[in-house]
Amino acid sequence: MTNTRMEKHSFLYQFESFISKNQKLLLILLAAFLCLLPKGVNNQYFLTVIVKMAVYAMFGLGLNILTGYTGLVSLGHAGFVAIGAYTASLCAVKLGLSFFPSMLLGMVVAGLVGILLGLPTLRLTGTYLSIVTLGFGEIIKMIAMNWSPVTNGTLGVKNIPKPAVFGMKLTIANHGLYYLVMIILVVCTVFCLVLVKSKTGRALQAIKGDELASVMMGINVTYYKILAFVLSACICAAAGALYATLIGYVDPNTFNFDVSTLILSIVILGGMGTIRGMFLGAAILIALPEVSRFLMVYRFVLYGVILVVMMRFRPQGILGWKSQLPYKLSRQVMEWLKTAETEEAGDNG
Amino acid sequence: MIAQQIFNGLALGMGYALIAVGYSLVFGILRLVNFSHGSVYAFGAQMAMVFIGLRFGVVPGLIASMVLTGVLGVAIDKLALEPLRKKKSIPIASLITTIGISNIVTNLLIVAFGSEKRAFPPLFDFGTLKIGKIIVSSTQIGMCVVSLILMLLLVGIVFYTKIGLAMRAAEQNPKAANLMGINVNFVISFTFFLSGISASIAGSLVGSYYQIVYPNMGFMAGLKAFAAAVLGGIGSLPGAIIGGLIVGVSESMAATVLGSTYRDSMAFIILIIVLIVRPNGLFGKKGITKV
Repeated sequence: MTNTRMEKHSFLYQFESFISKNQKLLLILLAAFLCLLPKGVNNQYFLTVIVKMAVYAMFGLGLNILTGYTGLVSLGHAGFVAIGAYTASLCAVKLGLSFFPSMLLGMVVAGLVGILLGLPTLRLTGTYLSIVTLGFGEIIKMIAMNWSPVTNGTLGVKNIPKPAVFGMKLTIANHGLYYLVMIILVVCTVFCLVLVKSKTGRALQAIKGDELASVMMGINVTYYKILAFVLSACICAAAGALYATLIGYVDPNTFNFDVSTLILSIVILGGMGTIRGMFLGAAILIALPEVSRFLMVYRFVLYGVILVVMMRFRPQGILGWKSQLPYKLSRQVMEWLKTAETEEAGDNG
Repeated sequence: MIAQQIFNGLALGMGYALIAVGYSLVFGILRLVNFSHGSVYAFGAQMAMVFIGLRFGVVPGLIASMVLTGVLGVAIDKLALEPLRKKKSIPIASLITTIGISNIVTNLLIVAFGSEKRAFPPLFDFGTLKIGKIIVSSTQIGMCVVSLILMLLLVGIVFYTKIGLAMRAAEQNPKAANLMGINVNFVISFTFFLSGISASIAGSLVGSYYQIVYPNMGFMAGLKAFAAAVLGGIGSLPGAIIGGLIVGVSESMAATVLGSTYRDSMAFIILIIVLIVRPNGLFGKKGITKV
């Protein structure tokens, strides 16, 4: 009893209960801030960095489903990003499709590849799975490099058109691209939040906790692992499509092993298995090379130092705390419990 | 033509095998993929270039580079990985740490030497040999001979010395080894020292084969050697050699048959096929999951 009372007085508990009490107000404030941000700072460079952060946060959200919640460490997520970016930009450039159908196509292709990658890797566990995903990333790079008739080889795809809504081109300059990326980021975040709270999310977390025990509890591990691969691939592909249109060109070297490790670092730095962490992780790691320009050549060393120091002193990530609040059951389950209780009471009476 | 390519591949494969041994040694004992190994290999090559350039002669220069690279390996273990082991943190923490270290070492090399490619002096120079239709350069012969000697030396250390016995004991069960009076942390540091030495030799040999060194050279070579180590069964020394040779030969075959853009990915394609058929590699021991 004393233990729980102590926890209730902890800073974390008070902070979390404050947030959950004022949830709506805080969300409205955040939304207003994000809407007014480009009006307030009309600086194209700054907005580009913000949009880049948002796209990397989406990469993080995608990988987080696989690594954070299901416990499968992927070292080749740049591969999925590349599939999304290439499919979307090729559809836009060669077939003249508009942005949204191309992005959806990219997601579908990445999802299918996710199934293909997921199936054989089910035999593998732990480090070996990470190794296969690493190889997968390199092979996607090789395909992009060698399938010249389609991907234009090492030259890559240039002049990727900006997305357009009702004939209006969305660019950084007219803030359209900023709002588009933010909307898609919000959709992704809401999707992840819902997923984590759902039956699927609980199944994924159970697999991370103990695969054997989850089989015993009747969870179809094969199905959920592949589902995690597919969802993760789809989100990364969508973000990849956005990234391609943001920077305007893609070539095989845009998506190398460094990008995979950067995405993984975002997940780890922010806090594996949390959604809030992805935003902070992306913000720090994308802002770092920009704000540390005064360090000149040493700023790339700093990136490594951050990773090493983080792992030593806070391996769960900056925002990787366990929630102190009681677990909230979904409304459906609560209602079901209530009816079951009243029925029981009726039976007894 | 084909025979020539196979021989070229074998010579290159010996270089990969030497790097792969470094991965295998560390993985065997820590169950950790040491992603910093590629940058340690680049460090070794750069140091060899610097020390040979100081005109002490080739052999003292190589030895100095070996010792320094070995010390770097030990420093990585002591400064970054040992604290993590003491805290008993999750395995992924060590993995990310090694990625971070690889970043630090590579970028410090760039700061010190610049990112451009530099000429590396040829280590062996006694002309070329002609066996039938195959032309063999002295560098290739040197690579094969030195790698074979080093491999035999490593096998000797692991299987026939006291410290090798301690290494194998720590590999099987660190806790039990500790109870038997083995200083496991010392054994791990020694393993890092060995892997640093082999990386430095590999760096010098591959550097003299291509006659260039640059700070980023460890990246692709490291990944490919790592694929080779997994291919042969990571943690097994003969596996690393066979894996390295397979990667080397398939790479030079792919470069001639399919075109040079395919060579970098050949290692990974073979790796994935092998892992799907035999999840523990060709010579790997089967892991038993205890419930």
